[in-house]
Amino acid sequence: MSAEPTTAERSAVDAFLGPPTPSEDGEPAHSGDRRVAFGGYRRSMESRHMLLPALHAVNDAVGWVSAGALNYICERLQVPPAEAYGVAGFYALLSLEERPARVAHVCDDVACRTMGGAELLEGLEGRPDVHPSPCLGQCDQAPAVFFQRAGEEDTVEVGATYDRVVEVLEGGSVREVPPIAPQAGDPSLRLLKRIGLVDPTSLAGYRDTGGYQPLARAVAMGPEQVIAEVKMSDLRGRGGAAFPMGIKWEAVARSPDMPHYLICNADESEPGTFKDRVIMEDDPFAVIESMTIAGLAVGAERGYLYIRAEYPLAQSRLQNAIDLARAAGLLGEDVAGSGCSFEIEIRRGGGAYICGEETALMNSIEGKRGEPRNKPPFPTQVGLFGRPTVINNVETLINVLDIVLEGGAAFAEIGTGASTGPKLFCLAGAVARPGVYEVEFGRTLGELIDLAGGVTGSGRIGAVMLGGAAGLFVGEDHLDMPLTFEDARARNATLGSGVVLVFDDRTDFRDTSRRIAQFFRDESCGQCVPCRVGTVRQEELLARHLGGEPLDRDLFEEVARVMVDASICGLGHTASTAIRSVIDLGLLERSRG
Amino acid sequence: MAEVTLVVDGTTVTMPDGSTILDACRALDNNQPTLCYLDNLTPVNVCRVCVVEVEGNRTLVPSCSRPVEEGMEVATDSDRVRHSRKMVYEFLASSVDLDLVDEETVAWMDHYGCDPDRYGPPADPAHDRDRRKAGHHQIGPGTEAETVHQPVKVDNELYVRDYSRCILCYKCVEACGEDAQNTFAIAVAGRGFDARISTEFDTGLTDSACVFCGNCIGVCPTGALMFRSEHELRLAGMWEEDDQTVTRTVCSYCGVGCNLDLHVQDNRIVKVTSPMDHSVTSGHLCIKGRFGYEYVQEVGDLAVTPIDDILRRARIDDRGRYPRPDSRA
Repeated sequence: MSAEPTTAERSAVDAFLGPPTPSEDGEPAHSGDRRVAFGGYRRSMESRHMLLPALHAVNDAVGWVSAGALNYICERLQVPPAEAYGVAGFYALLSLEERPARVAHVCDDVACRTMGGAELLEGLEGRPDVHPSPCLGQCDQAPAVFFQRAGEEDTVEVGATYDRVVEVLEGGSVREVPPIAPQAGDPSLRLLKRIGLVDPTSLAGYRDTGGYQPLARAVAMGPEQVIAEVKMSDLRGRGGAAFPMGIKWEAVARSPDMPHYLICNADESEPGTFKDRVIMEDDPFAVIESMTIAGLAVGAERGYLYIRAEYPLAQSRLQNAIDLARAAGLLGEDVAGSGCSFEIEIRRGGGAYICGEETALMNSIEGKRGEPRNKPPFPTQVGLFGRPTVINNVETLINVLDIVLEGGAAFAEIGTGASTGPKLFCLAGAVARPGVYEVEFGRTLGELIDLAGGVTGSGRIGAVMLGGAAGLFVGEDHLDMPLTFEDARARNATLGSGVVLVFDDRTDFRDTSRRIAQFFRDESCGQCVPCRVGTVRQEELLARHLGGEPLDRDLFEEVARVMVDASICGLGHTASTAIRSVIDLGLLERSRG
Repeated sequence: MAEVTLVVDGTTVTMPDGSTILDACRALDNNQPTLCYLDNLTPVNVCRVCVVEVEGNRTLVPSCSRPVEEGMEVATDSDRVRHSRKMVYEFLASSVDLDLVDEETVAWMDHYGCDPDRYGPPADPAHDRDRRKAGHHQIGPGTEAETVHQPVKVDNELYVRDYSRCILCYKCVEACGEDAQNTFAIAVAGRGFDARISTEFDTGLTDSACVFCGNCIGVCPTGALMFRSEHELRLAGMWEEDDQTVTRTVCSYCGVGCNLDLHVQDNRIVKVTSPMDHSVTSGHLCIKGRFGYEYVQEVGDLAVTPIDDILRRARIDDRGRYPRPDSRA
């Protein structure tokens, strides 16, 4: 398809990729036919990973990606246009059709929709510049709206109202709000100790509060000792799978296959989850320092921080932290006198929940569609660019600061025997003081809800969503459950990503469950049949029931079972758990009329 | 080469290291269903119909791509396996037109007791599938089963794309790309249930990078990609596969020596394939071998046959024009 880029599109791409070199742009490379790749397979492979950032560059500057812009990107990067089109269309925030310069994505997911998001969206319905959005990770300040603005930075409005949304769409700016830090000042805090107290843009402020002491200690200890301490800490991944971090690190550190890569998974998209955002926005240096320690420990010279596009503030604060750290010799060549070099590059997602799955995330960085890979091989063997890769979520990584400083054995004393360390929970919904809370593993669900000021609304709990949409709903009988990996497992629950979303007993769970079914169908990558069709059949089944038919429970279980047994990744494996729990708790009947 | 010993359905088998579970099953004549797997393409393990149960694995694993391991215990006919296979076939049959799948697939569907009708009557064909956006779908009352049914794409004289029949097995994308042709004219676009095979911006094939080698047709398991001639004959109710002969010959265009199977009905070539196990082609051809057969039957002294009118119609392009004079040679 021969379409030419506009001047604006061409400049946006060139501003990002640099001006074209003569060999790229001279005759006979084009001869008017932009479909043909002349750069050769190898060059194409080498530049492919720039595809998503280049698409972002145009989408940011012009507001959408036209055929001409896509062709120009493809020509510069030697990517076949059909493949680039397939990649661009995978992401909800990249537009392949012309649209208004400012677009509002109004969150109507499980948390926001009960906190005014549904009404907000209803009021704005029909506007071509308003779209519904899955969870924006702002559940503590619902309802939230994410704005894309052609030629300007993306931005987020929290506590959004109809008037405010219209004002921003018509050229106004969003309100800046201070961070929500309900525990600020509590001396026992480890992960949240700087939140709301220390200037997140100042390296000096970070250092004054103990920052970069862990890196100095890690450099003095050397990689092997750091890994030994991490193993001794028995730190388990906070992303949902609870895999021991030390085992991943050791596997990669010992692999003879070079180079090694480190990825910080900051694609926090599980509905109800916002803890990583709070860390990244308000203690960005902690993330950068943790990544640096991890990178040095596993022998990686490059780390990627893959952050969801809906977190623009976190992204700018992290970039600022990276720049300041590099200027201070804490990144780059010879990091902190270690003799090793380490660089961090931020990569932005495009609006795809599935890219939080580790192998989908790697494909996304590589410029492919964010489709999960079959495992094995695991990322520690064949990861990013086919190399051994450590991938950890933000919260998991920042625990390494205390582990290095205090030693793995001391860290293992925190929490319970099988669940060590502090844990962040995202309290939202019908609680008096929503926000991110840090507790030692072992506090009960009820204590946590009390910590957040107790139940609001009717004052009576209807159900609590634990672990996100991929988690499940529990009733009041779980308030005595200690929040640990082992207790959750024993009671067939999950901590997932640390979501504790409280619903009062006046909640319309029919509406909530419908939204969850919609979410999984929307976010399935479409690669494997069980999930691609199963999430559709599940939604239809539920819709029929909500429309008045008796629930075909056997068919629901059959659909759920094939998704659990035969899907490629965790999305399909967990797509039915929350809805099943709503059914089992009798919440659909209770919500009727 | 090192060897690995494993147990499949109670039978011990020793395989070369690097083999897959499917290889092991085949070595035991233990036939397994596949859809997205083909010997001459890289396994993508997306259809999940070949899943088997491996002791110690939480979920089922795709036999087409999971390498064998020492001591592995594999069950290919457990309750879980049978359930998943039945559901995968049902999911596909309830959302895709599977009229033209091979007999083996039909037999497997019967074997597992598929009942695609239990998801409700199929929804009407949609005309907007190529424009659907990731993350946004319309929610209906659930009374109809969503399908991929849509109009056939007829935009050239050589082949058509009937994506109502597409199970998204990725085979055509692989054949167009690295596994055979390296043309990359098509890719998977969209997301979730709206994922689809597409050129850039759904542009017509004649405006895309397509070189009309037809290798995508050769690997398509469901008839979604089809010779225009076959398409028109089927539309006219005149496609008579049982009456066709298949004649193997060698392509006369160049010196490579590709084998061609000429499918002939009423003394007319209606389709050309190449044997999958042929050492030169692995089933793949170029535009000349695949489509350049018209000269054979344009000598003028052939008796008119009942299908000539239909075949001529097949050569009308999407703008209603008859073929250009030079398209005959």
